[in-house]
Amino acid sequence: MLSIKDLSVAFKTRKGEVNAVRGISLDVGKGETLGIVGESGSGKSVTSYALMRILDAGGEIRTGDVSYGGIDLRAASERDMRDIRGREISMIFQNPRAALNPIRRVGHQVEDVLIRHAQATRQDAKTKAIAALEAVKINDAAARYEAYPFELSGGMCQRIVIAIALACKPQLLIADEPTTGLDITTQKAVMDLVGALAKERGMGMILITHDLGLASQYCDRIVVMKDGLIVEEGAPGMLFTDPQHPYTRKLVDATPRLGASIRNLLPPDARSPEPEHKVHTRPLLEVRDLVKTYPGKAGPVQAVKGISFDIKAGQSLGLVGESGSGKSTTSEMVVRLQDPTSGNILFEGHDIASTPSGKFMRHPVRRNIQMVFQDATDSLNPRGTAASAIAEPLARIDRMRGAKLESRVSELADLVGLPQPLLSRYPHQLSGGQKARVGIARAIALEPKLLILDEPTAALDVSIQALVLNLLVDLRAQMGMSYLFVSHDLNVVRLLCDEVLVMKQGEIVDRGPTASVMDKPSHPYTRALIEAAPQPPEPVAA
Amino acid sequence: MNARTKMILGRMAQAIPVVMGVVVISFLLTRALPGDPAAYFAGPAADEASIAEIREALGLDKPLFQQFFLYVGDLARGDLGTSLTTGQTVMSDLAARLPASLELTLVALLLSCAIAIPLGVLAATRPGTWVDHLCRVLVTAGVSMPTFFTGIVLIYVFYYLAGLAPSPLGRLDFIYLSPPHVTGFYLIDAALAGDWETWFGALKQLILPATTLALFTLAPIARMTRAAMLSALSSDFIRTARAAGLGSRKVLYGYAFRNALLPVVTTLGMVFSFTLGANVLVEKVFAWPGIGSYAVEALVVSDYAAVQGFVLAMALLFVALNLVIDIAYALIDPRIGLN
Repeated sequence: MLSIKDLSVAFKTRKGEVNAVRGISLDVGKGETLGIVGESGSGKSVTSYALMRILDAGGEIRTGDVSYGGIDLRAASERDMRDIRGREISMIFQNPRAALNPIRRVGHQVEDVLIRHAQATRQDAKTKAIAALEAVKINDAAARYEAYPFELSGGMCQRIVIAIALACKPQLLIADEPTTGLDITTQKAVMDLVGALAKERGMGMILITHDLGLASQYCDRIVVMKDGLIVEEGAPGMLFTDPQHPYTRKLVDATPRLGASIRNLLPPDARSPEPEHKVHTRPLLEVRDLVKTYPGKAGPVQAVKGISFDIKAGQSLGLVGESGSGKSTTSEMVVRLQDPTSGNILFEGHDIASTPSGKFMRHPVRRNIQMVFQDATDSLNPRGTAASAIAEPLARIDRMRGAKLESRVSELADLVGLPQPLLSRYPHQLSGGQKARVGIARAIALEPKLLILDEPTAALDVSIQALVLNLLVDLRAQMGMSYLFVSHDLNVVRLLCDEVLVMKQGEIVDRGPTASVMDKPSHPYTRALIEAAPQPPEPVAA
Repeated sequence: MNARTKMILGRMAQAIPVVMGVVVISFLLTRALPGDPAAYFAGPAADEASIAEIREALGLDKPLFQQFFLYVGDLARGDLGTSLTTGQTVMSDLAARLPASLELTLVALLLSCAIAIPLGVLAATRPGTWVDHLCRVLVTAGVSMPTFFTGIVLIYVFYYLAGLAPSPLGRLDFIYLSPPHVTGFYLIDAALAGDWETWFGALKQLILPATTLALFTLAPIARMTRAAMLSALSSDFIRTARAAGLGSRKVLYGYAFRNALLPVVTTLGMVFSFTLGANVLVEKVFAWPGIGSYAVEALVVSDYAAVQGFVLAMALLFVALNLVIDIAYALIDPRIGLN
């Protein structure tokens, strides 16, 4: 149905031309689901924009043929392309909330497409739009028709985006990272919905994702892209069990999965034995009846409803939950960036909750509790160098100056595996993995006893995630730190944590040693979370 | 909708303390002016006794807070006092001059928007082309020339050299009678009276000063429109709309432009307030009987009632303007007013 031959795409930038796609060929059959898997910069999204001819300014198709059902998409006029987009080939995107017009009612956005492609008249547009919303399993579609995107959850917004894409019953759907930024159970619901609709309508699909596990679960065939080239193509099972290309091998290895240890994520030659970390029996942190209440429009909202837990010295505790579960609020209270409404936080037996967060900076315990933030880019000052970011806590809290400071910063860079020449660079000159290392170096600069890690690898490619997770394991063994590891990814928590807490709506619903919670989940919510996580087929032992 | 109505009502209630503050400040500010109004009013030949007599007559001998209560009492009755220079009540002076300034400013802004917004949109959709460069040149030229200079150049070219424009002397040439007073806006009053000859007469007088102001206000509006359109056009939802096959007109106006309107409206409000304050020079150059020149004259001679009235009127106007902008914002963007 769709056939791409020798496609190459280049972007004009200030630094000259960048070849984003360098001669790829692929086919999608009718009703087939093709996965395009690759890490950031592999050209997987650009390929889809190119075939839809919606490349950003400066992007240009250089060579190749794109034909869809006999139509040459490269030669088609812009007017013909507008008829094809939305009616023959549709797209859904990542970050669904931003993908919708923020100031237009979602129902009207569906109508726009229906009217554009003459699938509805002004008179029956509303009825048909509501039918389109019902087709993507939106409850109470008539009421949702009137809503604005900001009034809906992320998963609901993605359903609207899907409704817009499928309203005119296209033959091919391109899903560009459709579940990035969604909760794991929402991800499963959205993917199941798209899969079922594709099957029901005999619709072809291209699923673009960085998640090999997700692709293998929903695709008939997968192509792996790297640096604008297709490096391997095959059935999902084959790719996992017998990857031919070294890059595919690396991706398969780096995907967290059942039965793999944290060192298994690394390429075979980098697998040194995993260091042991010692867990003491004495508690480092004791949280008692912690409550956080926010004032809301319709009365106060309890984000955290009286939770208690301990972290022992040297222990790594995983905190798992979906958005709105209160896990981030909890971690921010523990790191003392937010004040609890009530309850105690005892650090080595002393209550630190009584010091207001604004004054905690001067508290002697400040140096012992540090945090690694979720977004490695946004948590670094864009006008400061990597060295200045790492030096900040040393200069502020340790009053370290001059040569001593410099040598400590370079020592820390070595510790986190950040090459020395990169220290003078600014955040925009560093890659995602390098920025993550800077964030970790800054957090461990004062040798804290407790490190709070708020989804530190959520924005990273899997191969980089593998490196960062292994770095965290090494640092833990070396420095004897305790971790509070906040994550939505159970497979990652399983690799790193001794014990795990599962939070839902401000309460801890499940807790215990990671292995027993994960392998024999007692609580239905834990079970739902585990089942929702895509499980890649098990690879053959390396 | 209910939440939004509530928000608008709440916003209006917030304006009340601001107005009260303005009353206090306008009173204190005028008392702090240097110069003795009684001495000025008495004239150069007056002796100490007659100055004291006049001071007593004006109520300026009373303690400050008592003067304030008298002032507030007068305000409540709609009495802003009498101007020492014109001999008219300040209220009637303002009623005659404020519409003149407002008419000039509004026409200038309409003109400026009519050019700047399409120019900004065009420049944003075709970055790097001649439209974009034209936009940049016009914007730079407009903002770098002071209004009195542009005004004089325009008079020189269109009145003195080309003879196209009428003499730059006020709102109407002497051959016309001013239209019956309804709103004080000559264009509206003349239209209401059906007197189209006067209407054109008033329009001819307006064109040059309005153009002068419009050239000056073009820059911020065009720049903001361009920037807002560029950022709206690069948003994710524009990509969604394009991928759904929506036409370029729908994408541009239905999706991008409405989102770009928010910052443009904010800029418009700011531009309006600074134009109203900054058109004194234009009023002087074109002998426009506006509120700016009135205030400057009053200030020079410590005509405290007139200054007080001016400050109060302007402050109320700004409060009203901000209110209108906030309401416009809430109407454009459904997200506002709910958190």
